[in-house]
Amino acid sequence: MATEVLMPALSPTMEEGTLAKWLVKEGDTVASGDIIAEIETDKATMEFEAVDEGVIGKILIEAGTDGVKVNTPIAILVAEGEEVPEEGAKTETAPAPAALNGEEGKTAAPASAAPAPEAPKPDTSPDWPEGTEMKSQTVREALRDAMAEEMRSTDEVFVMGEEVAEYQGAYKITQGLLDEFGARRVIDTPITEHGFAGIGVGAAFGGLRPIVEFMTFNFAMQAIDHIINSAAKTLYMSGGQMGCPIVFRGPNGAAARVGAQHSQCYAAWYSQIPGLKVVMPYSAADAKGLLKTAIRDPNPVIFLENEILYGRSFEVPDLEDFTVPFGKAKIWREGKDVTIVSFGIGMTYALEAAEKLAEDGIEAEVIDLRTIRPMDTDAILASVMKTNRLVTVEEGFPQGSVGNYITSVVMEQAFDYLDAPVINLAGKDVPMPYAANLEKLALVTTDEVVEAVRKVTYR
Amino acid sequence: MAARKSTAKSNVSAEELLSYYRDMLLIRRFEEKAGQLYGMGLIGGFCHLYIGQEAVVVGLEATAKEGDKRITSYRDHGHMLACGMDPKGVMAELTGREGGYSKGKGGSMHMFSKEKHFYGGHGIVGAQVPLGAGLAFSDKYKGNDNVTFTYFGDGAANQGQVYETYNMAMLWDLPVIFVIENNKYAMGTSVQRATKSPSLWERGAAYGIKGEEVDGMDVLAVKAAGEKAVAHCRAGKGPYILEVMTYRYRGHSMSDPAKYRTRDEVQKMRSERDAIENVRELLLQGKHASEDKLKEIDRDIKAIVNEAAEFSKESPEPALEELWTDIYA
Repeated sequence: MATEVLMPALSPTMEEGTLAKWLVKEGDTVASGDIIAEIETDKATMEFEAVDEGVIGKILIEAGTDGVKVNTPIAILVAEGEEVPEEGAKTETAPAPAALNGEEGKTAAPASAAPAPEAPKPDTSPDWPEGTEMKSQTVREALRDAMAEEMRSTDEVFVMGEEVAEYQGAYKITQGLLDEFGARRVIDTPITEHGFAGIGVGAAFGGLRPIVEFMTFNFAMQAIDHIINSAAKTLYMSGGQMGCPIVFRGPNGAAARVGAQHSQCYAAWYSQIPGLKVVMPYSAADAKGLLKTAIRDPNPVIFLENEILYGRSFEVPDLEDFTVPFGKAKIWREGKDVTIVSFGIGMTYALEAAEKLAEDGIEAEVIDLRTIRPMDTDAILASVMKTNRLVTVEEGFPQGSVGNYITSVVMEQAFDYLDAPVINLAGKDVPMPYAANLEKLALVTTDEVVEAVRKVTYR
Repeated sequence: MAARKSTAKSNVSAEELLSYYRDMLLIRRFEEKAGQLYGMGLIGGFCHLYIGQEAVVVGLEATAKEGDKRITSYRDHGHMLACGMDPKGVMAELTGREGGYSKGKGGSMHMFSKEKHFYGGHGIVGAQVPLGAGLAFSDKYKGNDNVTFTYFGDGAANQGQVYETYNMAMLWDLPVIFVIENNKYAMGTSVQRATKSPSLWERGAAYGIKGEEVDGMDVLAVKAAGEKAVAHCRAGKGPYILEVMTYRYRGHSMSDPAKYRTRDEVQKMRSERDAIENVRELLLQGKHASEDKLKEIDRDIKAIVNEAAEFSKESPEPALEELWTDIYA
């Protein structure tokens, strides 16, 4: 049966083009892959190949014709010995392209602009049963214990990174792991973040559960393509077939006097990415419980630690298998006058400020997000509906901050409950300076939190 | 290290030769059909065709066993067909339909098959190289003798992460075969305009990785080199590099006018070196197959490809709810 040769689209945006030249004439025999014509657009000239074998029965559009619409028949291909059908007779035409961008394809994001009249009921259950025995532990020890416990229970879990094995960890987080688990499962890498992050992601595709330590998250910028493009997006791109259970962990944010390239908080960056989970613990108990959850999670998890917090001690429940779920904020202090939301080291300033404010009779409710994605917005909304005022505290840069996102959620879902504009406290909008006095100025402080609370409470 | 070019050819039965012919022809006809569907607007975005390079994947797949893994770049249709993925599912992914391997959510560059151990389909040039080494790491960790075929182009060979990976793959003796598909052009930049290295495989020597150059237009030469590389990896000797010299007949993607090379250059490759024509001649000259037998194969493949094309048109677009699924496991 005769086949119509249609004007091709050479790019997704091409609607019409010039049929510049025919390289065959009527009666010529063509095979698949033979160049039969040249098509021109305003951008390029392209060769057009036959996709079927046959004889050029009739050329319908002459060479040099401008404005030929895509999918217009330009020639008729017939089998050897076959006649060109009369006009109007049935030919085998390729169907017209389906409407791929129909209006129905547009679906709004699930966020709703309508105010939520009723306060949500966040999960406020305690993280451990009452009466549990507690022990004092540093954040450093808690993180190590979390990894060791998960490695004991699952052979697929291993840790890799710079200086994690023989050196016992640049910040001693992996202390003792090499002795207990050996070099097969505690692996020193060369200084090659892009490469070992990719190898870690590949190992996760292959069925392992890697913990990839970055000496600091500043160096993970070399590896960010694998974190986002390879780890976070693959489940979606594979239609759910192939996930990536991996933990990227290490210290994040400013330490002390280490300058601009070693002092950045990445919470807001990673929290923007669908497919990632982002965790940033403050206390040792949360560090342990959340890291265990992260290692068990079937998704890529960014686990942001803090060098200054590593040596700080907290009470940790003495339980055989203690975990903290993702997406559940922790209320450290209840209060009725203002809500302070923070996470990670920001909690230090939030809690100190709340102490000071209490002395002046201002009762702040302090919420530790613990996980930035998924975020327990219910806990924030419920609290704001009670206090009607909100201050967010974080160490990262101010533009596009986690606080900015929280503010948008509160504005959309609890606008009528706000008695004052929300204040987002963040690091200053400058690269981190080295000089001691300037560094102090660049970071968020307890005094700034106190001042912000006074502003939103008009006191 | 002295330049080394493998001249060995695999000794294969007529039956095997016929199956390579069939597999290569399936890729070519599939790709021609994909080009046609693209021209009709049924395939959107990017579409990178594999026409001309068929012998590379078919020759190497002939050396693989169950459990071996493969990963490649965005020019991935040939790899998927060669490892046995269903042409219907591949074509329906190209048209962005529910019946595609990724339910239409991945597209031409992003398809996966756990069943066939095909790990994508990666759109960032060179990113599949450490990922492939990571897959090999997982097999070594588990203590089996599987190998991972990690394919990348001459363009990707200039990415830094390739060399980070070479270093660790050798350091840890990972069972990974780095297959450089040197088709002479990284989009529009010829190899000579991108590097002064006389060969790409030799760069592995800096890390102690063995390798060789292979004639990628000869499926039997590819298979012979692949067998050597696979044996090396399975024996626990670490990675191996194959620089397979091949040629892409079509543009980099569908919207590439290919002004960086002459029509004569392409025509010369097609008429003198075409991998499929070469096998066809071997089959006919050796009287391993008759003209009629080959015609029958042509017809069968045409039917498979047409069926895939029909399926890719008839399969519905994904349900709108699919927008919100598969973000988290």
